Amino acid sequence: MSRITKLLIAGRGEIARRIMRTAREMGIATVAVYADSDATAPYVREAEEAIALRGATSAETYLDVAKILDAARRTGANAVHPGYGFLAENAEFARAVIDAGLVWVGPRPDAIAAMGDKLAAKKLMTEAGVPTLPAIEVTGEIGDQDHERAREVGYPLLVKASAGGGGKGMRVVTGEAELGEAVNGARREAAGAFGDDTVFLERYLETTRHVEIQVFGDQHGNVVHCFERECSVQRRHQKIIEEAPSPAVDAGLRLKIGQAAVAAAKAIGYDNAGTVEFLLDSEQNFYFMEMNTRLQVEHPVTEEITGLDLVREQIRVAEGDPLSFRQEDLRIEGHAIEARVYAEDPSNDFLPATGRLVAWDPDPTLPARFESGVETGSEISVYFDPMLAKVVVHAPTRTEAALRLANVLQRLRLHGVTTNRDFLVNVLRHDAFLSGDTSTDFIERQRPARERDVCEEEVRAAALAVALSAQLAHRAEASMLKTISSGWRNNPSMMQQVRCTHGGEDVIARYLRNRDGGFTYDVDGQSGAVRIIRSGDGRIELEIDGVQRTFSVVSVGLNHWVQGATGEVRLVEIPRFPEPEREEVAGGYLAPMPGKIVALNVEPGQTVSTGQVLIVLEAMKMEHRIICTEDGTVKEVRVEADAQVEAGQVLLVIDTGKEEA
Amino acid sequence: MERWQTRIDTSAESFRANREAMLALLEEIEAQLELARAGGGERGVARLRKRGKMLIRERIELLLDQDSPFLELSPLAGWGTDYTVGGGLVAGIGVVSGVECVIAGNDPTVLGGAMSAISGKKTNRALEISRLNRLPHVQFVESAGADLRGGGGSAEEQLRRATGHFGEAGRLFHDITELSAMRIPTLSVVFGSSTAGGAYQPGMSDYNIFIKGRSKVFLGGPPLVKMATGEDSDDEELGGAEMHAKKSGLADYLAEDEAEALRMARSVMAHLNWRKLGPGPTMPADEPLFDPEELLGLLPVDLRTPMDIREVIGRVVDGSRFEEFKPLYGLTLVTGWASIHGFPVGILGNNGVLFSDSSEKAAQFIQLCNQIDVPIIFLQNITGYMVGKVYEQGGIVKEGSKMINAVSNSKVPHVTVIIGASYGAGNFGMGGRAFNTRFVFTWPTAKIAVMGPKQQAGVMSMVRRRSAAAKGLEIDEEEDARITAADEDQAEKASLALYATGRVADDGIVDPRDTRTVLGITLSACHNAEVKGAQGFGVFRM
Repeated sequence: MSRITKLLIAGRGEIARRIMRTAREMGIATVAVYADSDATAPYVREAEEAIALRGATSAETYLDVAKILDAARRTGANAVHPGYGFLAENAEFARAVIDAGLVWVGPRPDAIAAMGDKLAAKKLMTEAGVPTLPAIEVTGEIGDQDHERAREVGYPLLVKASAGGGGKGMRVVTGEAELGEAVNGARREAAGAFGDDTVFLERYLETTRHVEIQVFGDQHGNVVHCFERECSVQRRHQKIIEEAPSPAVDAGLRLKIGQAAVAAAKAIGYDNAGTVEFLLDSEQNFYFMEMNTRLQVEHPVTEEITGLDLVREQIRVAEGDPLSFRQEDLRIEGHAIEARVYAEDPSNDFLPATGRLVAWDPDPTLPARFESGVETGSEISVYFDPMLAKVVVHAPTRTEAALRLANVLQRLRLHGVTTNRDFLVNVLRHDAFLSGDTSTDFIERQRPARERDVCEEEVRAAALAVALSAQLAHRAEASMLKTISSGWRNNPSMMQQVRCTHGGEDVIARYLRNRDGGFTYDVDGQSGAVRIIRSGDGRIELEIDGVQRTFSVVSVGLNHWVQGATGEVRLVEIPRFPEPEREEVAGGYLAPMPGKIVALNVEPGQTVSTGQVLIVLEAMKMEHRIICTEDGTVKEVRVEADAQVEAGQVLLVIDTGKEEA
Repeated sequence: MERWQTRIDTSAESFRANREAMLALLEEIEAQLELARAGGGERGVARLRKRGKMLIRERIELLLDQDSPFLELSPLAGWGTDYTVGGGLVAGIGVVSGVECVIAGNDPTVLGGAMSAISGKKTNRALEISRLNRLPHVQFVESAGADLRGGGGSAEEQLRRATGHFGEAGRLFHDITELSAMRIPTLSVVFGSSTAGGAYQPGMSDYNIFIKGRSKVFLGGPPLVKMATGEDSDDEELGGAEMHAKKSGLADYLAEDEAEALRMARSVMAHLNWRKLGPGPTMPADEPLFDPEELLGLLPVDLRTPMDIREVIGRVVDGSRFEEFKPLYGLTLVTGWASIHGFPVGILGNNGVLFSDSSEKAAQFIQLCNQIDVPIIFLQNITGYMVGKVYEQGGIVKEGSKMINAVSNSKVPHVTVIIGASYGAGNFGMGGRAFNTRFVFTWPTAKIAVMGPKQQAGVMSMVRRRSAAAKGLEIDEEEDARITAADEDQAEKASLALYATGRVADDGIVDPRDTRTVLGITLSACHNAEVKGAQGFGVFRM
């Protein structure tokens, strides 16, 4: 048995922080590793030591086995925790860690390998008596034979990366025509994310639930399960809301799936934390999908309902200790829900968003557990996963948990980058969600609103909060006549004003300070009295017509983010002295987000037709296709293959012949 | 420092009556301010709007730093005259890009911005304020030129009525360039016409901003040129903004529109590298302990009822802190040290008629303020210097002269607020307008005259009686009483604050509650120039 004294964490972001927290509680020193863009990340600062991996991409950094082992050697770490993603399910890496004489905080390399090939794992499970769905592997270009075998699997089907996870490289194919393109795309993504472009096809069940079992084994042959989690609510095949227990699993079913999961783990001699994923249909039939041989993103919900610290258990088991609990010790206490807050735009097909987080400042009084790898000022880059935080609540009942989480999310001080926060709130408050009617196609089926419906009164209040905060700032920054009342006039001819837009609509806040220190206001014709009760620390407490509300206002240049109890309102100020507007390029195709050009399918002079894929852009390991929207000829191509582009950059110009007409 | 205690009873009937009376006066003033803001009225405003132009006050608002204060000077100039209230020109002190400056702009809704007797006076006063206080000067020019109307009546009548002469005109151009010579920056934004003599307004400025298609600056327009030389020309060729920016070089900056012109004006102010020569505020600027709202009920409706000036001081100065100087000597004049918005000041306030001892006290106190470079605030409520045998024999003229000598030769900034009576030489000794006072403001209750209206009418009656007696004539008592009443009424009207403000004899009437703010702004303005006391005074008659 070898005690861990210094633990290197071969991951980044929130999971690195999560692991460090437990390590610190156990008196274990921590070592972080980081890519160039993570140099100022909180997890790097919070580690006792951090080693620069020198590089921008995953391949250059967190996927580079040699660099990570070198970091362990340089710092004298005697153990490696892989976190999730990157090398977490890479058996070679696990072996290399062990060969270097370090403790591997994870399952045996053989067990990882057994589950790493998704297709092989399915065969293994079938043999172990665990139910599975039909699937086939495809290699090379799609041929006639592949089409025939695909028909055997049946449409719709799912193209999956064999080495994958996290939805990367995954595509739903509804008919034969789409198969070729889907397989090629999945291969490219898989190669980028996992360094392995093997894909397989699996029968796709449309309305099913994603139910997974947390299993735990030790080096003494014990394997237990820590009940299920349901992660049905997904977009782009990635989970966004996870909960435990599942509203669809009763005690009897729980026993059956739990036993199947334990059987699966035992079949490969599993000896650490792992997750066995199943699809559950409406008849309580369940099918093995895959086993994740690592700690899951959504592990906190299991921790909340069982009271366990799964990372602590991982470390203890890796040190050779037996599990600290037995199956019969575990009980489900209440209900836990986790929401993943992503930098993405729900109203633009959940495409990843980038930018600087001007505020990440959860109020400590909010009743939730926050797991995040970012902080105010963090730059959300194109290089890594755009998940900003996990917000986890634990309540006596599922309804309470959902409503509490919705409330916490809507009150979160989180500004600067477009996120799915409001969408998550809409899901959590959706009747279908509250009644437990969740499935993997929940979003398509129930269509929860992608954005928050901001009422006019909220916008008016937000505009006042912006105007009055700005007014305070102007007075505080004044070098002359600083102590004279704001906007004082002996012959007032007009009110002071701040002009903004909200969602394209003008919002003009006018105000005039009265002798008693209060203000008379007028926002778009609605007038009344407002008083600043208190301000400071980015917060302003306003009493608007006798109703007191607290707002936090974050302003960067002309952008203002106002957070009230009902949610965020974003206002863009109209400059006092507007600059002339930039001309738009007619027929120009703009990059919808920052990313890298991975395929450039056209050249100048080429005739293009509607629906044709012109350019493929990759960002955050997801591909986005720029599709021709109108027939024409390519007039200009302004980018090259492999080029990095900014959001809004003109990629190419198509001449549709309209200018002459 | 000893904490001063108020002695007023805000629940007293007299306090309530005073307050009601003051509010009634303020209401009357607000009605006049509304007229001033309306400028040339709806038609003038509509004409400007139709041409996509901003009103003069909108231009000023957009120029100023957001949420910064603006003190409009003489907003009711022209009151009680044939001119529009406000006089067709807006002037004031504001902050632009962190620089305090004087802003003066024509109101084109009033006679097309033409220069009248009133706007001329305001313009000259604005330039004087820039000069005395070393404040950068911003002019918004849009003027039809000189007001050539004679004011009705026959030609003979018009000539007799006019006491001014063209030979006196043009001081404005002298003063603009004098500012430049004193290294006080001048900036003209030409929003419209500025022709003939008016062309020298931008001509004399350090910086000029012209607006495409709007600014028009030439000595002679197309008709004059045709008459003089026979040349055909148009407005743009003779004085358009683009021509001046590209050919003549009169325009330094060419703006696309009014908003851009104002943005450019802000940039110019920002690059001035402006440093005030005064030390700026050096003391804590906390609010008074006593509510300034109570200033409304302090001043007796009947100015003969005594009022303790300390009650005013305690509601104006920082933290109501007032260190009284010579509190046991010359009791009718209160002197002492305080600060207003952090600016240290010496205050002289009347608590009755000036006697020899109070005059002497004033002369000493003014010298002390000069010794330590501290500006002086005069709070006037003075019916004059004491008269009578005992006082004349006691040398009241001599002692009063010491005080006037000290006031006249003092070099620290003086700011005067006339809160009540301001009669006779009392006006002079207490920092009257004619004594190089940086700023003079009045409360609505102010009365300024050579003496009290009743006394004046009485004196006139006595003169009539003596004249009658000398001729051996009997006085018609009834007729004399009628004349005396009429005299008193006219003297009373001419003594009112509105009358003074209408003639630009002050810098404006202030709401008593704004006294502290107005003093804070003006003291800060004064600190743009060096704040330095006199090195010597005239000979004090001993």
